Amino acid sequence: MIDALNHLPRPRAGADQLAEAFSDLAPPLTARQAAVESARCLYCYDAPCVNACPSEIDIPSFIHRISDENLQGAAERILSANILGGSCARVCPTEILCQQACVRNNAQECAPVLIGQLQRYALDHAGFTEHPFQRSPASGKRIAVVGAGPAGLSCAHRLAMHGHDVVIFEAREKAGGLNEYGIARYKLVDDYAQREVEFLLGIGGIEIRHGQRLGANLSLGELHAQYDAVFLGLGLAAVRQLGLADEDAPGLLAATEYIRELRQADDLTQLPLADRCLVLGAGNTAIDMAVQMSCLGAREVNLVYRRGVSDMGATDHEQEIAKHNQVRLHTWARPEAVLLDDTGRVRGMRFARTQLVDGRLGDTGETFELAADAIFKAIGQRFDDASLADPLAAQLARDGERIQVDAHMQTSVPGIYAGGDCTALGQDLTVQAVQHGKLAAEAIHAQLMLNVEAA
Amino acid sequence: MADLSIEFAGIKAPNPFWLASAPPTDKAYNVVRAFEAGWGGVVWKTLGEDPAAVNVSSRYSAHFGANRQVQGINNIELITDRSLEINLREITQVKKDWPDRALIVSLMVPCIEESWKFILPLVEATGADGIELNFGCPHGMPERGMGAAVGQVPEYVEMVTRWCKTHCALPVIVKLTPNITDIRQSARAAHRGGADAVSLINTINSITSVDLDRMVAHPIVGDQSTHGGYCGSAVKPIALNMVAEIARDPETQGLPICGIGGIGTWRDAAEFIALGSGAVQVCTAAMLHGFRIVDDMKDGLARWMDQHGHRNLEAFRGLAVGHTTDWKYLDINYQSVAHIDQDACIGCGRCHIACEDTSHQAIASTLKADGTHAYSVIEAECVGCNLCQITCPVEGCIDMQAQDTGKPYMNWTQDPRNPYREAG
Repeated sequence: MIDALNHLPRPRAGADQLAEAFSDLAPPLTARQAAVESARCLYCYDAPCVNACPSEIDIPSFIHRISDENLQGAAERILSANILGGSCARVCPTEILCQQACVRNNAQECAPVLIGQLQRYALDHAGFTEHPFQRSPASGKRIAVVGAGPAGLSCAHRLAMHGHDVVIFEAREKAGGLNEYGIARYKLVDDYAQREVEFLLGIGGIEIRHGQRLGANLSLGELHAQYDAVFLGLGLAAVRQLGLADEDAPGLLAATEYIRELRQADDLTQLPLADRCLVLGAGNTAIDMAVQMSCLGAREVNLVYRRGVSDMGATDHEQEIAKHNQVRLHTWARPEAVLLDDTGRVRGMRFARTQLVDGRLGDTGETFELAADAIFKAIGQRFDDASLADPLAAQLARDGERIQVDAHMQTSVPGIYAGGDCTALGQDLTVQAVQHGKLAAEAIHAQLMLNVEAA
Repeated sequence: MADLSIEFAGIKAPNPFWLASAPPTDKAYNVVRAFEAGWGGVVWKTLGEDPAAVNVSSRYSAHFGANRQVQGINNIELITDRSLEINLREITQVKKDWPDRALIVSLMVPCIEESWKFILPLVEATGADGIELNFGCPHGMPERGMGAAVGQVPEYVEMVTRWCKTHCALPVIVKLTPNITDIRQSARAAHRGGADAVSLINTINSITSVDLDRMVAHPIVGDQSTHGGYCGSAVKPIALNMVAEIARDPETQGLPICGIGGIGTWRDAAEFIALGSGAVQVCTAAMLHGFRIVDDMKDGLARWMDQHGHRNLEAFRGLAVGHTTDWKYLDINYQSVAHIDQDACIGCGRCHIACEDTSHQAIASTLKADGTHAYSVIEAECVGCNLCQITCPVEGCIDMQAQDTGKPYMNWTQDPRNPYREAG
């Protein structure tokens, strides 16, 4: 359990009530709904939705197949482009991707086809009796993948499909990455992340070794030497600091830490409840944190952001979820001081009101305080520098703090590829990570085969 | 409001919407409900000789579009399965109770003059306004030498029509089968036999679908099926053509036509009337939605007529007939070109791929900076085929614009490219 919050009470609601509060945010479509919705797809050519999908799923085709009552064909279409299509269907911000681009989302109609929901429907009902993809004849090549998150899993699956053997090195107990540890519980219910990993591994040729952390018990130099290629699918494990005094006081912690705990909890009634909850940040993680605490029964959930609504990272859809769950949003306020009670625990926070002066954020001089039993930081994650500390890793060229890659996901060190959140390419989204992993696998495969032909 | 009343082949009705001879007009209960709902007339489901026909179970199947929209229904039901006596009694009573509505009795008896001579006076005695000869039923009855088996032989059509005109004083409407090669032959035969009107189309031979698990077509009777008669929205284009063919045939000039086939809205009805129909019959739409739809059809038709200054149906009846001609008289020099309204375009690319793959490569796709595509017509390549406009999901987005070619009207009979052109 999270030490920093052990002093807090437990939820008042019973297990059943909490289970209900954390049930599927977007319940699956019924067969009839899927039939109606799939028939709405115009089967566009050079479809804008495909253009908007980072993983390039042939959306008109899979929807057409749903409409044709060919669910397995639809599922295969999805998975051939995105092997984690099931979790992407649930966690993708479709409102800024495919569904925003949908031609039915125009001013006359204002109603995009529910692409995400249809994708989920196809995969939920495909009924595969065996893994839908077959491996090519064994190549004899072995590839090391670091990180069993969406990027690493996607890369491993595609490599395995091409006949290579893959070993995934994962720091945590479970595979899945953010799908397992970082996504709000009501977005991926029924242990979906694990079920999806199990499905993915069904292709064979992929071994996952847990408890393997780069920079701790694993060195990039060794992997590079022992394997034919290496793919880095590292997450952003470190949390940004506020830079305030008493930042380590009981009651103040990273939102990701709490979310991870909540996702892993077998018994929600045993989680610490911050009745007066304060979340700092304005991205989707901040919303996930605020909403989940509200679902646990918090009476007052405040979300504070130093800039305005239009600057928020959370999509409109996410903001709607927050509003729906009685999360109160405060904009233009910057954390100024952590307020502690007599025992040294968090009792609230003082904020300085902010404004834009000549395009730069500055204080207005006004301050205010918000009482809180706990404060959760969701102001961004960063790269854990320790992970890239060994001599070879230190050679990797960086793009800011992230690993620099080219369009083929190749790093500055030949034979080492990277993708997902640890690179600066594209958006920090599951679907983007899946695409990176897939592209890297294709590049690795092409390179290895080239070498074979040359030899 | 416009006057919807008609006098068709001497039969008066408060509006042109009649229910066709079919299950909805099988008995007094249904017909009374239809009259209460406002239908202008009914054609009572086909009477035959006793013993009455026997029907099977099941009887209908459908061709569905997206979202289970019924495009067409196929049926294998025969003529009335109730005794002649019961039907005649009910017809008498209903006509007595609803004197202002048209009540036509559909008939089908063997191709023997005595059979017709027997039944006609019985029908006349009911007070019915007219008879309709069922020469069209395509399933079951033809195997017994009736229905379409008669309608497909013009000599039989003429002969039986003449018997009816001889042995009965009521107006005779001959219902034509579309399961022939040239509908005009049947209409001309009816005309020669003295028919007061023709009604068309009856249903079209059809199998709607096959159950791939059981390997049997629909509708399924036990583990078998048989072809049925197709009707509903899907057959409207076929019916419109046949109506137009008869309307513009010099040999049947002036022969009243009752239009039937896929009529479900006021607009459908207006189209049949524009092609010369003096009344229309509806069945499938009522079977799908109930009798209440007549209210919407009457209201819509009357409002449209008001907007266009048509005080009655005769004011626009047949106005489209003169514009329907043989291909050889079409203006070869006419040219239209597609124009895409870029503000209305939603970027689906359907026009482009349709033209690119299956037509004239006349719609260019241009990649935009945001990764989506813009579509524009290459006018020099466009033949004005309308395909892009048909595929476009946005009504009005693609407009087919007539071009000013500066060339006069010229048809194929005059075209120098035609080696068989008419001299002169």
